[in-house]
Amino acid sequence: MSPYFHSVTLDEVKCKGCTNCIKRCPTEAIRVRKSKARIINERCIDCGECIRVCPYHAKKAITDSIDMINDYKYRVAIPAPSLYGQLKSAQSRDHILTALKMCGFDHVFEVARAAEIITNETIKMLEDRKFPGPLISSACPAVVRLIQVRFPNLIDNILKLKSPMEVAAKIAKDEVSRDKKIRREDIGVFFITPCAAKVTSIKAPFDKEKSFVDGAISIVDIYLRILSALGKIEKAEKLGSASYVGVRWANSGGESTALGTDKFLAVDGIHNVIAILEEIENEKLEDIDFVEALACQGGCLGGPLTVENMYVAKTVIKKFIDEAKEKKFETTSNENYHYDLVWTGKVEYMPIMKLDKDFDKAMKKLETLHDINSGLPGLDCGACGAPSCRALAEDIVRGNANETDCIFKLREKVRNLAVQMMELEEKMPPVLDRDEASEIKSKKRGDIDEG
Amino acid sequence: MTYGIIRKDFVIPANDFTIAGEASSCVKKMLIQLGVDPQKVKKTAISMYEAEINAVIHANGGIAEVEIDRNKILIRIKDDGPGIPDLELAMQEGYTTAPDSIREMGFGAGMGLPNMRRYADKLEIRTEVGKGTIVEITVFLTDN
Repeated sequence: MSPYFHSVTLDEVKCKGCTNCIKRCPTEAIRVRKSKARIINERCIDCGECIRVCPYHAKKAITDSIDMINDYKYRVAIPAPSLYGQLKSAQSRDHILTALKMCGFDHVFEVARAAEIITNETIKMLEDRKFPGPLISSACPAVVRLIQVRFPNLIDNILKLKSPMEVAAKIAKDEVSRDKKIRREDIGVFFITPCAAKVTSIKAPFDKEKSFVDGAISIVDIYLRILSALGKIEKAEKLGSASYVGVRWANSGGESTALGTDKFLAVDGIHNVIAILEEIENEKLEDIDFVEALACQGGCLGGPLTVENMYVAKTVIKKFIDEAKEKKFETTSNENYHYDLVWTGKVEYMPIMKLDKDFDKAMKKLETLHDINSGLPGLDCGACGAPSCRALAEDIVRGNANETDCIFKLREKVRNLAVQMMELEEKMPPVLDRDEASEIKSKKRGDIDEG
Repeated sequence: MTYGIIRKDFVIPANDFTIAGEASSCVKKMLIQLGVDPQKVKKTAISMYEAEINAVIHANGGIAEVEIDRNKILIRIKDDGPGIPDLELAMQEGYTTAPDSIREMGFGAGMGLPNMRRYADKLEIRTEVGKGTIVEITVFLTDN
């Protein structure tokens, strides 16, 4: 897999080359060229913000088609907890899980269950206190990528535990191969995803380990099938194994609330996340032990591949959380699961903003950048295809743009040119000059007298 | 061989906490673009931020002069404020002269100067009561 696989991609046909996405991208990863948005691969963190803001639906997430499950003999669906928030008509969580199973799967295992395992492990880590400053949740892959490209000093703060999705896939594969005596390669595990970032984390994991998940199907793609299956259920199977603690992970703040500490901060929405990460980097949040940062507003319930309005979804999932509480599910311990939950690979800083490998050259470029920037109008209009005047100045010093890409600069040049032309228009070579006024001028100049 | 030097000046506005910190975050951005080691970027950003906030709280703002060359980052924060009568006392953690109104906003905890000393490689303060203060922060980029 290429080092820059991205789930977020562009539909060339639909893209009109407007400025909506370039202005919203948190890593300034999009430029418009030839009236199409181009994503700069090394900068994209797959947060899906552009998918959300594109009025032409030209930004999309590459996910796997439902037909892909047919490549495997035994198919397991592992739904993100956010799925529950999409189905307000469902009687219970078991109904949703049964309907999901009816979409062509042999087994369903809740990611919410694995989330509880991560919760228990996180509590242990918080007790050990072997980390600098607050621990930052790694549940949102877009946030981990953001830290990698913009907050290198916070890489050590990332909670380096496998994601609930990975743990769920591993457990599902282990259990099925053990209990049903099915070869591991015949088992296909599919994540039902609310977002693009999760897809990327499956295809190109940041700790460079191979994912246990075989495919990712978006909630949008499978929604109608689940809905129609819900209507056909006679008796729901008992498939739900998670308690309210795991189900609550779908909400922003759900992961932190389970940790039993008040010293947590939950932030959602990628631009809000950036503001909080700045605070942590400047050591302004030292009395906080745990930071739950989610790229989407409203957490995973607000994922770009979900169906239901985020606020509606919040109300719907509350019902299922309460239901899980009524049934008095206990927060189960990790005793039955002996997995290595810690990341084995290394997460490295990706200095995408660096102007040059050579410091002296970078200095020159930075100076030129400032000079160019001070000559630009500062309107940040985006008409040049860059998100701001400063970003254009940066593109120019990197050799990816020209000063005349700025329509105001171009207009200024055209005007200067027009003024020059007007000036030249007045000047005629004396031999051709038949104008009376210029004759007088010639006489005054003391030219040869005809008489 | 002569090396390039980048100079940039910033105005630190008076009494405006919402804008305070803009200069340091701008410098931070520059250093990241230069490819400066993230740890050094952090040291610079934090110590400069503290000096900036101090100028806002105590001195009605001031100016920040920043010089970057391949060996070091030099930040000079100048103000025409009241000056610091007892510098040794001011350097102590928790010592503060900030009014309650500012402390209520979460600033003025008496950590400004101690934090600057902690993060800057070199810290020089010239101050005169009634005239003003110049804080000079140096972060070295080379290890000699």
